[in-house]
Amino acid sequence: MSALAHVAGDPAVAPPPPAPETKKRGWTAYLLLLPGVLWLGVFFILPLVQLASVSLQSRYPGFPGYYYRDLNFENYVSALTDYAPHFARSFLYAGLATFFAFVVAYPLAYAMAFKVGRWRNLMLICVIAPFFTSFILRTFAWSQILADEGPVAAVLNFLHLLPGGNIINTPLAVIAGLTYNFLPFMVLPIYASLERADPRVIEAGGDLYANGFTTFRTVTLPMSMPGVLAGTLLTFIPAAGDFVNMELLGPQRGKMVGNVINDQFLAVPGGYPVAAALSFTLMAAILVMVFLYVRRFGTEELV
Amino acid sequence: MATMTPPTTTPAPPADRSPAYRPSSAKRVQLWLANHFAVLTAVLVLLYLFLPVAYTFAFSFNDHGKTNIVWQGFTWEHWQDPCGVPGVCESLVTSLQVGVISTVVATVLGTLMALAMVRYRFRGKAASNLLIFVPMATPEIVMGAALLTIFVQGFANIGINLGFTTIVFAHIMFCLSFVVVTVRARIQSLDPRIEEAAQDLYASPMQTFWKVTFPLILPGIAGAAMLAFSLSFDDFIITNFVSGNEATFPKFVYVASRRGIPAEANVIGFSMFVIAVLLVVGAQVVSSLRASKK
Repeated sequence: MSALAHVAGDPAVAPPPPAPETKKRGWTAYLLLLPGVLWLGVFFILPLVQLASVSLQSRYPGFPGYYYRDLNFENYVSALTDYAPHFARSFLYAGLATFFAFVVAYPLAYAMAFKVGRWRNLMLICVIAPFFTSFILRTFAWSQILADEGPVAAVLNFLHLLPGGNIINTPLAVIAGLTYNFLPFMVLPIYASLERADPRVIEAGGDLYANGFTTFRTVTLPMSMPGVLAGTLLTFIPAAGDFVNMELLGPQRGKMVGNVINDQFLAVPGGYPVAAALSFTLMAAILVMVFLYVRRFGTEELV
Repeated sequence: MATMTPPTTTPAPPADRSPAYRPSSAKRVQLWLANHFAVLTAVLVLLYLFLPVAYTFAFSFNDHGKTNIVWQGFTWEHWQDPCGVPGVCESLVTSLQVGVISTVVATVLGTLMALAMVRYRFRGKAASNLLIFVPMATPEIVMGAALLTIFVQGFANIGINLGFTTIVFAHIMFCLSFVVVTVRARIQSLDPRIEEAAQDLYASPMQTFWKVTFPLILPGIAGAAMLAFSLSFDDFIITNFVSGNEATFPKFVYVASRRGIPAEANVIGFSMFVIAVLLVVGAQVVSSLRASKK
């Protein structure tokens, strides 16, 4: 879990010094925890319990927007059958975006950790800085860049590389948007774990006659695994739940599950129960994937 | 970023090349590319990260009609009066207020939790860990939906309706875990023996905390606060669910995007970017000046 800490904060934290076990016991810990735990209890756990209860409610026929307490599992059946394609698209697009973000982020993180010397702080700022222009403005800018009259489509069309003739309003644009928007979440943890690695270990790979690729595969990549793990999770999870990229860049039909949840809650009268069931299914699916993934690739550093 | 400490490993000595070794020119180009591949890619990736920001900047000068999508001509107009469009500056003020309140509360609560998690042994630690982790692994749309149901079906009954208050409640919640994780990493990197030394010298627990522990973890707390503010300031998905009629800056932009984002929003978005970069670079310069004085 501390792998997630790489994201934020202190990329250059040294490993903890070997200290004798001196942890204190007592009630102070509970006092320190209490306000935060209460906050998470009231504004995270309680809402989820309410969401679970809503996901089983039924609506009064003829009165949209009114529900009664029930154990209506129909909502889940509807979520899993009517909206199965939406779930599939969400996970597919998020998975592809995570893969592309990894491919793009790794060289950047690697260069920052080993190649740029005193420029690394400046590069770190450059990775974080675009965050401060609202991500909706940046996504909207992508809709201009990828538009039919924009530069990307023009170049690709000139080279006859674009079979459909346009990028905007296609799944491709959505995946491009997701890749872009969550890229810093991939770069920062990978950078943090590479930054802790000893470059001499990588050189040792070369000294032992491993070629560049073998050194990368057997030495560099495993050393950065905690960062890769945190980065893929921090990219995949928000991408799978996102609806903004689909809304601003994607096609009219063939939406993702985030769009359905958003519309059912905010635009469709009486949509609450099915939307709640969809949300719960999405959360459960993601938590299961996270735990399987962490089990398969995880180090003791995560959870 | 003011929290950067020098790397713990010493840089390796330059590779030893005998003067007799002279690669052919083709080999030299290949070697140069191999050596600089990562840096070249890194520069390209940074350009890619900045491309939409550049677009936002350029289109803040667009003399646009109803929609600001296609370039129509240059004007200073939007920079002269960024608040000229109704709602845009109001939403910015709301975002700044929400950001400051959420950051302060989340940073205080999160730092207390981080101290408990690192410095104490207690029953229920694993459960607390899970409670901190799960919000970070939950998609925003699920949190937004859950908060909407509790606010509408529960909080509305006790007089708290969707609006500024519910936005702040929600933002504190999703910033909290990130603060805990950031500050905890900093505390973990400290040697607890420093605190013990203070106590051996008859400092009270309160004195130990304020004179020893707190100054040492302050960079981590500052980093966490910056992270919390940027998460809050840029949040759209959760805010969209819990804001009712209140608009934050991202919500204003999103709602406007259906009929055309006014260039004034580009002015504000780009200005926030410049201000943030100046603040961060300024902090860097100050901290490196201090370090060189020591």
